[in-house]
Amino acid sequence: MADLILNKTDMEVHPPRLYPDYKSTILRAPTKPLVLLKPSLSEYTGPVFGDMAMREFDNDLTMNGRKNGEPLGERIVVHGKVMDRNGNPIPHTLIEVWQANSAGRYVHKVDQHNAPLDPNFLGTGRCLTDAEGNYKFYTVKPGAYPWGNHYNAWRPNHIHFSLFGGDITSRLVTQMYFPGDPLLQHDPIYLGVPPKGRDLLIGKFDLELTEPSFALGYRFDIVLRGHSATPFENL
Amino acid sequence: MKQTPSQTVGPYFAYGLTPDQYKYDFPSYVDGNLVDPLTTLDAITIVGQVLDGEGNPIRDAMIELWQNDGEHALFGRFGTGTDPENRFVFTTIKPKSVDGQAPYLTFIVYMRGQLIHSFTRMYFSDETSLNSSDIALNAVPEERRGTLIAAKNGNQYRFDIHMQGEQETVFFDV
Repeated sequence: MADLILNKTDMEVHPPRLYPDYKSTILRAPTKPLVLLKPSLSEYTGPVFGDMAMREFDNDLTMNGRKNGEPLGERIVVHGKVMDRNGNPIPHTLIEVWQANSAGRYVHKVDQHNAPLDPNFLGTGRCLTDAEGNYKFYTVKPGAYPWGNHYNAWRPNHIHFSLFGGDITSRLVTQMYFPGDPLLQHDPIYLGVPPKGRDLLIGKFDLELTEPSFALGYRFDIVLRGHSATPFENL
Repeated sequence: MKQTPSQTVGPYFAYGLTPDQYKYDFPSYVDGNLVDPLTTLDAITIVGQVLDGEGNPIRDAMIELWQNDGEHALFGRFGTGTDPENRFVFTTIKPKSVDGQAPYLTFIVYMRGQLIHSFTRMYFSDETSLNSSDIALNAVPEERRGTLIAAKNGNQYRFDIHMQGEQETVFFDV
């Protein structure tokens, strides 16, 4: 482990803890400086899910919530590659996604937005990256929805992503947005990211990935931090 | 290459990340039981609340627990939205001391209102000797060390996480 290089959180692209325009950070963001930790075994390793069994439609949100028909909305397919900072692929790492339906309504019981639920859409999925770090999800484009942060606040269309990578420091929870969304310039969660990082959160429309007569294609590549170029094997 | 920026887990993570616990129709692959509570003789329980700057328990936080002592590498996840007191509840085993360090658990804290997650560690109140000589604990100002030490009561440890305030938990830059 002696030659592992510490790859720190890059605050040029990551959002700060306190971002008062996003109001719920005010009572929830730690106020004291973080204490620098000399990493030990737990930080050099992380949970490994590489041999987890995926079910047939775990990465197909247009299929995995069906009750009596197809979910409504614009079908999309999201492709991407998960990499470390050197561009090396991170294979067999777990990705989890969740999102609102095409009307902007989450299945979550707390979501009280007056938009219809879709009986055929759950809005969650998961997959493992392949040997080259690639992943793919089929879904429908999520709708925008209002929230209580400020008067007439709306979240831009987005898909939530959760990733692990090679060790516990590479853990990432993020959101993929869509190109040209006019709500982005009004969204304090997106704007909490410094200008240098914002474009990294926008999936790119890609005609090559678009499946004729079926689904629009987007690409969302993800770069994780972490301690080393090759994931340290878990014990 | 630039790291992909973090974004908040938001208020609606439960059906994606902790579906079984919140009774959604999608199987979880991980939950609050890092070990089987029925068959593990030395199992311990970790319970606690996550509190905001006004001291109110947070009902939409998600906690991940990770531990690796070289013998047992265990991972769990629990949301604070199902317990009547908005506690998280984990069942695990106490890790061994590694390289003379005090045993600890890694906690990762996610919630609406955090654009990036927070790392902390939980130490054990019944490890007084190892705690007093531990390098990581000693890097923490003495008056704040107590925020990292969970109080033992039988086979249960209580570990409250204060996001702010006088008892603000120490969070680490890892």
